[in-house]
Amino acid sequence: MTDQIRIGEESTPKLAAHVTMKFDKHRDRWVILAPERVLMLDQIAAEILNRCDGKSVAAIIDDLVATFEAPRQDIAKDVIAMLQDMADKGTIVA
Amino acid sequence: MTLPEPPLAILAELSHRCPLRCPYCSNPVELERAGVEMDTATWCRVLDEAVGMGVLQVHFSGGEPTVRQDLETLVAHATEVGLYSNLITSAVLLDEARLGRLHDAGLRHVQVSFQAAEPELADHIGGFKGGHVRKVAVAEAVRRLGMALTVNAVINRHNVEQVDDMIALAVDLGAQRIEIAHVQYYGWGLKNRAALMPTRAATDQAIARVRVAEERLKGRLVFDHVVPDYYATRPKACMNGWGRRFLNITPSGRVLPCHAAETVPGLVFQSVRDLPLAEIWREAPAFQQFRGTDWMPEPCQSCDRKEVDWGGCRCQALAITGDAANADPACELSPFHDRLLALATTEAEAAAPAFVYRQFANAVEPAE
Repeated sequence: MTDQIRIGEESTPKLAAHVTMKFDKHRDRWVILAPERVLMLDQIAAEILNRCDGKSVAAIIDDLVATFEAPRQDIAKDVIAMLQDMADKGTIVA
Repeated sequence: MTLPEPPLAILAELSHRCPLRCPYCSNPVELERAGVEMDTATWCRVLDEAVGMGVLQVHFSGGEPTVRQDLETLVAHATEVGLYSNLITSAVLLDEARLGRLHDAGLRHVQVSFQAAEPELADHIGGFKGGHVRKVAVAEAVRRLGMALTVNAVINRHNVEQVDDMIALAVDLGAQRIEIAHVQYYGWGLKNRAALMPTRAATDQAIARVRVAEERLKGRLVFDHVVPDYYATRPKACMNGWGRRFLNITPSGRVLPCHAAETVPGLVFQSVRDLPLAEIWREAPAFQQFRGTDWMPEPCQSCDRKEVDWGGCRCQALAITGDAANADPACELSPFHDRLLALATTEAEAAAPAFVYRQFANAVEPAE
């Protein structure tokens, strides 16, 4: 079995093979579909996960900094915390 | 009346047939026979309707869903219309070839039940010789095919000491997820309660062991811990609230708020054969009966947790207090809580009676 994933700026996160992300038009928001679980994503989480397409965490952070014009250290902290939580729940791999 | 939000998921009980005979089964004691099961086209229409109303996931369950030869067709249809499929199975009828076809149809996740950590006890509980070894082989095939695996470990007085071994089994199998499910006493489980109920001490010890393992395996194995109602202090948010997030469709097409709802006297359940699913969800009296918080008596009505646990479980309130509209007696604020605890304690401390296995020969014939 694999060890616990540690998310850092060099990680390249992506959705686990058994997980789907889609826009739910009934609820007007992005959702994650995982084994017997539905996660309703808030806007920030959706912005982060939609960038998990092979980019490094550092590149995702830079992209968000440019898009939202927020301090890099704040964004970095939030992005890494959210991705770590998602990795711990098996939603993403890196 | 405010319109309810659409359900997130539906439990599709494709059949009540099952090769296993687990005495803890939550299926009703009145099992539906093969002859009343809906056909492929009707199930596909139900899946279409579910997507149309905003459902995101389908749990193919039973009984044993793989007794249906059209399971691949149903999974493929679910995939085509955008539903995420979960297969909830005993696994003993599966092999790698069929799993491969299900995977090709879009299946991403399989939940396999395990009755114990070793074959002898597991096969005794499941009432199916050779079952455990086949489950292990199928679980390994699930992983080889790249699908997610959940180990469903149902905990009762006979295997409560093996909880660490069952977690180790899940780790060895490469499962993503384990459900540590202390038996819920509905259907056959209620009928077999005395044969299944562990002592308080054994239960507490198992819960403590699971917490330690969960911490140790953080990031490697996801735990879902279904805690035992009879030793609880607050009730579970059963189904996340009646008619709020989930619905259940029986093999013949009856639409239920939960799989034990048919035990509640006076409720009439409508069928997807007769009415649109969305209309049943929105308007059927059975769904309205305990939806939201207006129906709640005390101590729920003034409780600050009423939108946390939604009054707990209606079927348990019925089974223990005789009235489905009472607070769930799992709550220590219920006047019936002591009765619940006394039942558990008395039964757990007595010698375990023999199982009444879940099989058609032991089932109650449905009233016409």
